[in-house]
Amino acid sequence: MRIVVLGIGNILLSDEGVGVRVVEKLEAEYIVPPEVEIIDGGTCGMEMLDQLEDLDGLIVVDCVRHGQPPATPILLRGDQVPVFFKTKLSPHQISLSDVLASLELTDTAPKTTVIIGIQPASMSLGMELTPEVAARVPELLATTIAELKALGITVEARS
Amino acid sequence: MSKRVTIDPVTRIEGHLRVDVEVEAGHVKKAWASGQMWRGVENILIGRDPRDAWAITQRICGVCTTVHAMASVRAVENALQLEIPINAQYIRNMIMLAHGIHDHIVHFYHLSALDWVDVVSALKADPGKAASLAQSLSNWNGNSKAEFTKVQDRIKGFVGTGQLGIFTNGYWGHPAMKLSPEVNLMAVAHYLQALEVQRYANKIVSILGSKSPHIQNVAVGGVANALSLDSQSVLTMERLLAVKEWMIKLDDFVKNVYLIDVAAIGGFYADWTKYGRGITDYLSVPDIPLDGKGTVFALPGGYIEGGKIESHKPITSFNDKFFLDGVSEAVTHSWYNYSGGNDKSLHPYKGETTPNYTDFQDDGKYSWLKSPTFYGKPMQVGPLPRVLNMLAAGHEPTKKYATAALDLVSTIAGAKVGLDALHSTIGRHAARAVGCAVQSDELMKQWDLLLANMGKGDMKTFNKPTFPKGEQMGVGFHEAPRGVLSHWVVIESGVIKNYQCVVPTTWNAAPRNEKNEPGAYEACLLGNPVADPEKPLEVLRTVHSFDPCLACAVHVVDQENNPVVTVRAV
Repeated sequence: MRIVVLGIGNILLSDEGVGVRVVEKLEAEYIVPPEVEIIDGGTCGMEMLDQLEDLDGLIVVDCVRHGQPPATPILLRGDQVPVFFKTKLSPHQISLSDVLASLELTDTAPKTTVIIGIQPASMSLGMELTPEVAARVPELLATTIAELKALGITVEARS
Repeated sequence: MSKRVTIDPVTRIEGHLRVDVEVEAGHVKKAWASGQMWRGVENILIGRDPRDAWAITQRICGVCTTVHAMASVRAVENALQLEIPINAQYIRNMIMLAHGIHDHIVHFYHLSALDWVDVVSALKADPGKAASLAQSLSNWNGNSKAEFTKVQDRIKGFVGTGQLGIFTNGYWGHPAMKLSPEVNLMAVAHYLQALEVQRYANKIVSILGSKSPHIQNVAVGGVANALSLDSQSVLTMERLLAVKEWMIKLDDFVKNVYLIDVAAIGGFYADWTKYGRGITDYLSVPDIPLDGKGTVFALPGGYIEGGKIESHKPITSFNDKFFLDGVSEAVTHSWYNYSGGNDKSLHPYKGETTPNYTDFQDDGKYSWLKSPTFYGKPMQVGPLPRVLNMLAAGHEPTKKYATAALDLVSTIAGAKVGLDALHSTIGRHAARAVGCAVQSDELMKQWDLLLANMGKGDMKTFNKPTFPKGEQMGVGFHEAPRGVLSHWVVIESGVIKNYQCVVPTTWNAAPRNEKNEPGAYEACLLGNPVADPEKPLEVLRTVHSFDPCLACAVHVVDQENNPVVTVRAV
């Protein structure tokens, strides 16, 4: 069993970096079993190919523009995932979608993929999240943990 | 009548670049290159601790994280005139070289080969004939008939389901596609194998850099890797041996597949040596330092004027005055304002980043990129300038691989193809492959040097920096995969006062400068053929030959669903 929790986004552009902030928090506050790898993907693409190969589950956390008010969370799975990549809701899918397409080509794509997202309030230059989005980070983290649980993984809070 | 063609975005993976060309009688008459996003990252760094800058700057870009980390620590070390331990230099060198090789392989096979290779045509190939052809070129073990048949079946499966996946945006069947089905099949097979092989380069970066995709081992003053021949949890002999094994596998692919494929495809597309010449003032910097101060380098750099090899002027140290004094940036045609007037060009230490967006004005401001110049002239940077400067400096390995590549091109083209052919669209691909073979040799050499030094009992990897009162200025340069990268820092009492990044794609994709001279992309596109303005594949060939990566040249993101090509009649 191999699972990756992948946070993507540019931490220099405020809410754009929310995915990275969520996985940082997961790593800081919880102990995950060895079959789970937490990756801060930043805005990278093909460099992650190796780490994303042959996964049983991929959980992506990212900032997603889905037309709802700022700081509205969204969960995409199943048929919605390809749509997410096709309609460019997030700025990084250009690279992430190509990584996933390459994995399809070599028959090593993840068995399941879910995307945990949130509508950004601001993507201006800055290393802090906006207060609206920062307030929802615990909720995004809880969703991430719930998705891990659905894959049969329990995490343990660090004391 | 001329036709205006706008291509936006230009790149298959990393976006954010727009190119406009005016086409008349099947050729480009005028071109504009425009960065479509703002880069303001420099402003984030002001007021911060110089020791943190590298970790922040490596977030500028999604492709070249490590290069910004390296340039940044070098800039701060240069400001402090801080020498670093030789082990740290070797470890950094290996990270840079492995990253460069990764970048070149991925660029050729996954980001630009499909400008030349027709995937759909590969379906018609005879796998047996394709294998014989491939075996006549190289003894690579992935050139069997069985392997090629497997690849063809896999692609058939993809096309059969109507899903081309990653191949969706290709110009299949375009009249400018000239390769036989067999050559196409060979190239597609190597495309898939390259996906496999690129991971070795990546593993080297992650082991030495402690983490991937963002390395964590770099520090102002050296590296944070603890070295030991036996202890656990540090860079041990066991890990170093694994690294060596990946280097050997990479080397096999670079020399026996990548270099051969580029030369073969170059031979079949020999007419493309006539296009894409453009700016022949070439700038590169020396890299792979062999001492702690950066005064001796394995790979030479310098400046070549007007394409004349004999004009080579070397750049020889991290304190090289010729380089330091020569760089400046203008914003006459860029969406910024300078406080002293927009007709000025400013040295990076005095650089300003104040946005002033106007809209796309053909004769006014039209890009988020600034226009860098070297002693007032626009430059071309990247693999071609690098390889030509290394040749001019008499670097033997470069000579060896360049000769081998040009000989193979000549054989396939059936005519003598010399060094002059490199000043072209296809020549940039050839130079990249030649440079990559040189880097692969050097990667293994650096490993040997590290081991030899550790064998002497030297395990030092870090010299602690101290920040004096008052002001210091420093530049950190690095010959990154796409060319000269330089970070310029001004520090005052231990805090960053100014920071400017002059990145390779800014040199190449620059808009016209203060003297209205075009940047490298703009100049190289003049005269470029365009058979069908609705499908400007040939324009993409020339732009892609530079390996554009605008993610770092500019920034920010609010892109809606852009069409790949918009065509407007003028």
